[in-house]
Amino acid sequence: MSEDIKMTKLASCAGCGAKVGAGMLVKLLNDLPVRHDERLLVGYDKSDDACVYVVNDDTAIVQTLDFFPPIVDDPRLFGQIAACNALSDIYAMGAEPKLALNIMTISNAMTREAVQEVLRGGYEKAYEADTIIAGGHTIEDLEPKYGLSVTGFVHPKRVLKNTGAKPSDMLILTKPLGIGILTTAAKADLVDDATMQKLYAQMARLNRAARDSMVKYEIHSCTDVTGFSLMGHSYEMAAGSGCSIHLQTDEIPYHHEAWDMADMGFVPAGAYRNRDYVEHHVKWDKTIPRPMQDILFDPQTSGGLLIAVAEQDAQTLLRELQAQMDGVKIVGYVTELKEQELIME
Amino acid sequence: MVDARGRSCPEPVIMLKKALESNENNYEIMVDNHVSVENVTRFAEHSGYRVNLEEKGDDFLLTLTR
Repeated sequence: MSEDIKMTKLASCAGCGAKVGAGMLVKLLNDLPVRHDERLLVGYDKSDDACVYVVNDDTAIVQTLDFFPPIVDDPRLFGQIAACNALSDIYAMGAEPKLALNIMTISNAMTREAVQEVLRGGYEKAYEADTIIAGGHTIEDLEPKYGLSVTGFVHPKRVLKNTGAKPSDMLILTKPLGIGILTTAAKADLVDDATMQKLYAQMARLNRAARDSMVKYEIHSCTDVTGFSLMGHSYEMAAGSGCSIHLQTDEIPYHHEAWDMADMGFVPAGAYRNRDYVEHHVKWDKTIPRPMQDILFDPQTSGGLLIAVAEQDAQTLLRELQAQMDGVKIVGYVTELKEQELIME
Repeated sequence: MVDARGRSCPEPVIMLKKALESNENNYEIMVDNHVSVENVTRFAEHSGYRVNLEEKGDDFLLTLTR
């Protein structure tokens, strides 16, 4: 590949926007034979971030896999973002990652240097996460893809699922939204470099600090906000917890540049899929402008954690997170199940 | 007419954006999926055009006027 070929031009869809819709996934997985084992704590319901298997009274193993086509043109940055995104599933379970395997497809349009740079980015983030990449598997394909299968550990009693939220919990989101919209608009060269650099830095930021802070407090549920958007992941948390989640749209952190881009029609297909999946479970406030709705349904790549924290710990955790990173907000709260799982305010 | 069939977003929007640079009062654009219908409509309206939508078999013809 000549140096000026852009990684994103080799991909038909970008980052987590390439994820198969949640509705389709449920249908695909329906009726498949599943062996049951009482030590498998998480994995049967098919909608959590990773599976969890209890090894003994003190240790559970957490395993996940995530990979996607390039969301950025710089191969090293792509590797970093893909690794962060994969590691995030471990952090979202409240666990610590320890081992990882590369999963990679390379297209013959890529130079050897570009392939090495993708891997370098992945190794850098794994190193930062105290995780060892111990091998992997690479095959040729029409378009490049990269990610990790990550293994982590957690105490069996401290596993955080995407269910278990309780009425009166507060919801904290640790990264601002708008990644999918802005990376779509960037394909039309409508996003300035400073904004893109801000997005790159955010996507290449591990959720490690957020995880390390939250586990010190009373957390009832956690997930990371990725391809299914804030709405999709909130819905899964609410439905799985048998509660309603109230999202306060004035409090949602997002990149303000995304508003105009959504208004101009730079809305990724994944956002429409997310809307189709969730909209029958949402009580809308009719005054919420359309661009805000798009931001709420926007698929995120390497997004933040959505944390359901006990009310008495919410402000302390919020301040601790805000001292370490930008864009952290309390975005809503949990109640007993009302007329819909998601209630927009 | 802009033929954006077989293209996925944001390509149809980018194609329309380029076409609108000629600054005329009427345009037609053909797309083949609902996401493109939505996004092209929003871009056209954002640019000051009214949009009429016609289904043509499996495709969609959007007529822009101002």
